[in-house]
Amino acid sequence: MAVRILYFARVREQIGLADEVVDVPQDVRTLGDLADFLARRSPGHAEAFAHRQHVRAALDQQMADFEASLGDAREVAFFPPVTGG
Amino acid sequence: MKDVRVQAGGFDPGAELARLEVLGAGAVASFTGLVRGDDGVSTLTLEHYPGMTERALDRLADAALARWPLAGLILIHRIGDLAQGERIVFVATASAHRAAALEACAFLIDRLKTDAPFWKQEDVGGVRRWVAARDSDNKAADRWRSG
Repeated sequence: MAVRILYFARVREQIGLADEVVDVPQDVRTLGDLADFLARRSPGHAEAFAHRQHVRAALDQQMADFEASLGDAREVAFFPPVTGG
Repeated sequence: MKDVRVQAGGFDPGAELARLEVLGAGAVASFTGLVRGDDGVSTLTLEHYPGMTERALDRLADAALARWPLAGLILIHRIGDLAQGERIVFVATASAHRAAALEACAFLIDRLKTDAPFWKQEDVGGVRRWVAARDSDNKAADRWRSG
């Protein structure tokens, strides 16, 4: 399944990409599985996902836990804890 | 009345408050967030997630309208480069009663800090660094979840 992955802030800088389209295998079921899968793509990806407690995620533009099922999501984003306001 | 905006340009709090005052509700409360000037920060850069940001702020506005009897609310968050002392964020609410206006205003700014996808980067003497999230912000947002 082709999923568009977006990266923001420190995660974007570590990975060196703002977005990429990734063909996600069937056995990748949750956001946590996806993070593990993406971490193998490059040293930058590995660095970005090394400290999972400092990474947040959104599924189709809604905040989601790493336990959340990918389902039919078309757009997934990974980023640091937010600091607006 | 609900007005939620994400914009690079500045805004005039007085003019925004006047838009709520003409609703005739009796009470208007507001919060303005500014770029701090106390730790050598020359520029603050606000990155965001276009699309999700607007949806997250709109959901927060709807949650406030559902929870308090508000005549109107305005929520403005700026993006891009901001200098020391510039306004970053503005929240204002109008209601028949002060408690509703004040509580809804506090709810919006507390929850915005944890629910909306913005990231601040500081420039201190030419060195850029990402601002770390604060646990106190999570606690402030959490107090609105139980009520």
